[in-house]
Amino acid sequence: MATAEQNIARRAVERASSGERTKDLIFRASLLLCLLIAVAFLAALFITTLNDGVGFLSLDFLTSFPSTVRPETSGVQSALIGTLYLMVLVAAFIVPVGVASAVYLEEYADATKWWNRAIETNIQNLASVPSVVYGILGLAFIVRGPVDIFGLGVGQPTLLAGALTLGLLVLPVVIIVSREAIRAVPPSIREGSLALGATQWQTIWKQVLPGALPGIATGVILALSRAIGETAPLILVGAAANLRFNPQVDGPFTALPAQILSAVGQPDAVFQNIAAAAIIVLLVILLLMNSVAIYLRNRYETKW
Amino acid sequence: MEASSAPAASRGAVSPSNLTRTRTRRSVGEQVIKGLLALAALLSVLTTTGIVFTLAREAVSFFGDVPFGDFFFGTKWTPLAGGESQSFGVLPLIWSTMYLTVIGLLVAIPIGLGVGVYLAEYATPTIRKIFKPVVELLAGIPTIVFGFFALTFFTPLLKDAGIDLQIFNGLSAAIILGILVVPTIASVAEDALSSVPQALREGAFGLGAAKWQVVVRVVFPAALSGVVAGLVLGASRAIGETVLILVAAGNNPNLSFDLTTAHQNMAAFIANTARADISAGSVAYGTIFAVGGTLFLITFVLNLFAIRFVRKYRQIYE
Repeated sequence: MATAEQNIARRAVERASSGERTKDLIFRASLLLCLLIAVAFLAALFITTLNDGVGFLSLDFLTSFPSTVRPETSGVQSALIGTLYLMVLVAAFIVPVGVASAVYLEEYADATKWWNRAIETNIQNLASVPSVVYGILGLAFIVRGPVDIFGLGVGQPTLLAGALTLGLLVLPVVIIVSREAIRAVPPSIREGSLALGATQWQTIWKQVLPGALPGIATGVILALSRAIGETAPLILVGAAANLRFNPQVDGPFTALPAQILSAVGQPDAVFQNIAAAAIIVLLVILLLMNSVAIYLRNRYETKW
Repeated sequence: MEASSAPAASRGAVSPSNLTRTRTRRSVGEQVIKGLLALAALLSVLTTTGIVFTLAREAVSFFGDVPFGDFFFGTKWTPLAGGESQSFGVLPLIWSTMYLTVIGLLVAIPIGLGVGVYLAEYATPTIRKIFKPVVELLAGIPTIVFGFFALTFFTPLLKDAGIDLQIFNGLSAAIILGILVVPTIASVAEDALSSVPQALREGAFGLGAAKWQVVVRVVFPAALSGVVAGLVLGASRAIGETVLILVAAGNNPNLSFDLTTAHQNMAAFIANTARADISAGSVAYGTIFAVGGTLFLITFVLNLFAIRFVRKYRQIYE
């Protein structure tokens, strides 16, 4: 009698658990399916772009100016130079300002004070303001506005205005990542340095920042790769398309995303290939930057 | 600080003035450095102030020309047309923005959460090592590339599948918009799920729960505030997306459910208007700021919600 009851109970348990096992399998498979869908889109994106563009890639493509009249001779030289310029200028802006902000918030700011908390919330919020809104700021405040930057072509869309706008756009990224890197340096390092008689700034400059450097460098590179892929702010600050001379810091400019957008908008089918080829150039630059970031992270990451 | 000898003396001879802090060249330098660093941190506040000031100033002058009610409750958006047919009802633009965002999120939420849950709860270390960078790669691709992809690959694909689409249409743009925000949702969700303490899982397993039950009924609810933060951030990103919509959805904000025709969101309108070289002070120039202000307000509120939710889950488990 008792054994019969036990058998029934065991069968019930087994049935339930095998049912759970099936459900588990289905659940797991559907999660995996989600991952595969995302990967499939990424793969399709790479394959179509390569397929459309790789035939147009050549050294000539990199060294020729764009042309809407004779698309077969078209290239991306001015856009490529513009993008490289932007990268340098944005870096020159965001590295000092971003790291300084991060050091202030992590090492000096008293988090119980409302103004420091306000700065913090403000930075988090700025990180997700749409890029087109930064473009509006750049248009009204930097290009056409009251900020006269060293008398450099104010009132005109210039490379410098574009770089400043993009710099403001990615500054929150640099600050947030740098703060994490600085926070990861253990307090014992600071205490040791202070105990030896170093001032707070000496401690930060000689101990904390070198320790946080790999993390900060990774953040800066990620921010730069976001900056050079942005299109909307460039449209707003007036990046030209199909520029047939190389951009100057204080003059008309273009960059790869603006050039791609212009090519995508052309009705002739050949421009789709040109757009795809320019996209490949942009993606290769981004991939290189990301590889550097990953290398830095793996090579120099300090284990405390 | 210079007058420090007086209180020291009143406390007795134990602490001579050379032990109290004096203003040396070193300490002045330290103060200057602190000031400079604080100045750098203030720049971010200035940025926000700049955005609000710019948008408000131009929007005020815009609303001097166009009545408030006509803008927010009008249903016809033809700001760049001339004469009688010019109309400033922003509703179609807001509708298209929200409609595309909702359709995009219908794609992004299941896929994004699926990816996040899989990476946090099921993936072996090797699989994580391979697929986490892949998701990050998806996040790093410029949106203009997604626009190109939607226009030249995905729209033709949908057409081949028998859907009667115009070249510029809402459907293709919205689905790709969803794919675009998958990494945002996935990475925040993964982060939130990973910060749920192991003890909660072990407790549930100990009570005999199956793996899926642990994930769905214990871990997921425990991480809910983080997951919601991810969804809100994803929504905010989708609402503010510019070039993908500009390239793939066309430029016709329309108050309809029809996804086979062109749509236009607020950000794409701003970019499209700015592309046509317009003169400062014109009504067209004003629309950029009025629409930009509306967009900024919407995303601002969403972001504040997201930040609050993130703080909540960080507070609970860290």
